Amino acid sequence: MFKIKKKRILTVAVAMLLVVSVMLTGCSSNQPAAPAKVMKTSFNAGAEPKTLDPAISTGVPESHIQTALFEGLTRIGEGEKVLPGIAESWTQSADGTVITFKLRDAKWSNGDPITAEDFKYSWLRALSPEMASEYSYQLYYIKGAEDYNAKKGSADAVGIKVVDPKTLEVTLAAPTPYFIALTAFHTLYPVSKKASEANKDWSLKADTFVSDGPFKMQEWKHNDQVVVVKNENYWDAKSVKLSEVTFKLLEDNKAALTAFESGQLDATENIPIEDIGRLQASKVLKVAPYIGTSYYRFNVTKKPFDNVKVRKALAMAIDRQMLIDKVVKGGQKPAYAFTPPGMVDLEPGKDFRTVGGDYIKEDVAAAKALLAEAGYPDGKNWPADVAILYNTSSINKLLAEAIQNMWKTNLGIDIQLHNEEWAVYLENQKKLNYNISRAAWIGDYADAMTFMDMFVTGGGNNQTGWSNAEYDKQIKEIANKSGDQKVRIPAMHAAEKALMDDMPIMPIYYYTLPWVIKDNIKGVFRSSLGPIDYKFATVE
Amino acid sequence: MAKYLLQRIASALLVLFLVVSLTFVLMHSIPGGPFSREKQVPPAVLINLEERYHMNDPLSKQYIDYMKNVAQFNLGPTFRYEGRTVNDLIKDGLPKTATIGFIATIFALGGGLLLGTIAALWHNKTPDTLATFIATIGVSVPSFVMATFLQYYLGYKLGLFPPVGWNNGAFKNLVLPSIALGAFPIAQITRLMRTSMLDVLSQDYIRTAKSKGLPGYVIIGRHAMRNALLPVITYLGPFFAYILTGNFIVEFVFGIPGIGQFFVTSITNRDYSTIMGMTVLFCSLLVVFNLLVDIAYTFIDPRIKLTGQKGA
Repeated sequence: MFKIKKKRILTVAVAMLLVVSVMLTGCSSNQPAAPAKVMKTSFNAGAEPKTLDPAISTGVPESHIQTALFEGLTRIGEGEKVLPGIAESWTQSADGTVITFKLRDAKWSNGDPITAEDFKYSWLRALSPEMASEYSYQLYYIKGAEDYNAKKGSADAVGIKVVDPKTLEVTLAAPTPYFIALTAFHTLYPVSKKASEANKDWSLKADTFVSDGPFKMQEWKHNDQVVVVKNENYWDAKSVKLSEVTFKLLEDNKAALTAFESGQLDATENIPIEDIGRLQASKVLKVAPYIGTSYYRFNVTKKPFDNVKVRKALAMAIDRQMLIDKVVKGGQKPAYAFTPPGMVDLEPGKDFRTVGGDYIKEDVAAAKALLAEAGYPDGKNWPADVAILYNTSSINKLLAEAIQNMWKTNLGIDIQLHNEEWAVYLENQKKLNYNISRAAWIGDYADAMTFMDMFVTGGGNNQTGWSNAEYDKQIKEIANKSGDQKVRIPAMHAAEKALMDDMPIMPIYYYTLPWVIKDNIKGVFRSSLGPIDYKFATVE
Repeated sequence: MAKYLLQRIASALLVLFLVVSLTFVLMHSIPGGPFSREKQVPPAVLINLEERYHMNDPLSKQYIDYMKNVAQFNLGPTFRYEGRTVNDLIKDGLPKTATIGFIATIFALGGGLLLGTIAALWHNKTPDTLATFIATIGVSVPSFVMATFLQYYLGYKLGLFPPVGWNNGAFKNLVLPSIALGAFPIAQITRLMRTSMLDVLSQDYIRTAKSKGLPGYVIIGRHAMRNALLPVITYLGPFFAYILTGNFIVEFVFGIPGIGQFFVTSITNRDYSTIMGMTVLFCSLLVVFNLLVDIAYTFIDPRIKLTGQKGA
């Protein structure tokens, strides 16, 4: 009898399992297809935005969404051209310090007119110490801006003048040829004075969000998705074909790729390194340009890297192309200098990198000779505790291991690997608490200065302890004081030469941006500065 | 009972206070801060930021201010998300995490008790081997493997469920994360239930019940089950706290906008207020559930009495 009961329990269990599985399969039936002709698309922005208020945002996910929502005085278009945005034209004074922008008849997403007063309000807002905007220094080019932000001057002294509702006059502290391009950067986007003064939390919710770009905010579900829809009040609304873009906020890159491959997502970036080869082989992978350089810092204040010969020897003894082909993949370019391709040079159409040429020649024999001269023949006497510091991530680890191996094989030196959590790594790098440290830099604007001003003596982004009078002079005394490209560009070339002659850093490769997008989505513009622009996109 | 409860609540508050204080000290002693950036923030900007978040106050003042706020259930603004407070994060995320946790609980508890009982009744026979096999898989496969496996095969390859997304809590989106979240506890409960059921079945009173000629379902359901449940109930306290606060990996892989993710991301971001808020939340839940478990004992086993006296 006992046996029979036991059988009954088993039967009930099996029946329950069946019921559950029927329930589950029943639930997986597909939703009815959306009506045709409405163009919608989706993209994984990568993370919950810290904020979508352009004055205080800093991250990549934010920049993707804001490019859809906003437009500055200018907008970056195909070929990195600076196109008129809310400003239809501009003129510069002879010395390049006063720029007068003429605004077009454009409207906010709520129908209010966009005025020069909005721009003045927005820029002063981004600079106000109370806003504590991390990127406020992007506005330091304006006269009096840095003083106001550092509480050393007043808002009235900042060189922004509203001549009339459609004319904005900006006075710069020094001539800055790339300032016009910078007005397309999010810190310089306008916010509606009226909306912002009426409600200081306007940017937190979809229904109070006011913007001036091709799209407007529809829905913001935290950590889930941001949905933007076509902004009928946008001045160039006729060019906007998409009716809706959904920005997914998935942080797991692998999951985002699975979502793309199963058709849940139309496009995603930050492709996991282990999938790049497969996607490349099946020709799904797209590679967009990206102005950034991956490099290692040397701590020049400590042995053995206080010796320039050691630094040069190490920089010459790695095989960059091999690192790209076998480790990072994704079509990066080997870096034999610091500033990546994509920066303007003197003559139109010329690239700063091509004109500047290469500064590093990979040569193992010469590297060994240099190392011997420095007192470490065949790696003898090499200190035992020299380590590469990197923040914990699989790609950093693979790269460091490969380089460690190349130095061991080519120079006979042993280097340790040391990984740390992100913020700890940043802290130790800042305090020069390292020998060699993994680093990366992504440009903010398409002028070599975004790379070349990093290594001035005591600069916050130097972090190598390196100081060079010639470099400082070329950057601070010449390039930053002139609006004349004929003066600035050669000075930046001279500074890069000084940097590479001393080699406090070892450039490894110039970044690219591997990403995937469905074939039926056309006209998406990827600026080499990173943000994705759906303004002209269509779905076929 | 009332005295016992009061004592328990007092000691719970003390534990909370100690945990929060210790977290505060540990948090401020790790290198880096909420404004550590690869692109260095200029000194003037850093001063503005620190003023805005009251980080230029002495640590002792920050600590006292924080404690005052926590006492009023105000966990403060996040450093990471503009205009949102830690209370907002919990309010937005906890219901989603709890939904998945609830489904996972039903799955784990129902499945675990059933499998454990089957394994004990057919001790050393095929059903036992099968149940033990399932339990071993559940315990030994880490959740990131389980989550990715389910996502890839059931979601992507077979297309039974959407691989990622919350989708306003649609049931089909919840299935995979719930299974992934429940896999470990289902295995734990199966093993606990099997062991304690085996123990109970060999007791004298079960033999007596059998000899009295009671039917099998009465013996199992009325006599054996109740006693066998005790170890499982003990496990349920920490289990609920674990499942309600979510699992970083499961939420990360399936893109669930719950609160599990904040346990990890708040630390990487050095989002001090969120680290503290999550600690307070998890600690409170743990204490509350442990108390509930103690109370539940008295209902299951009348021999257990909750009194304030020692040795009672």
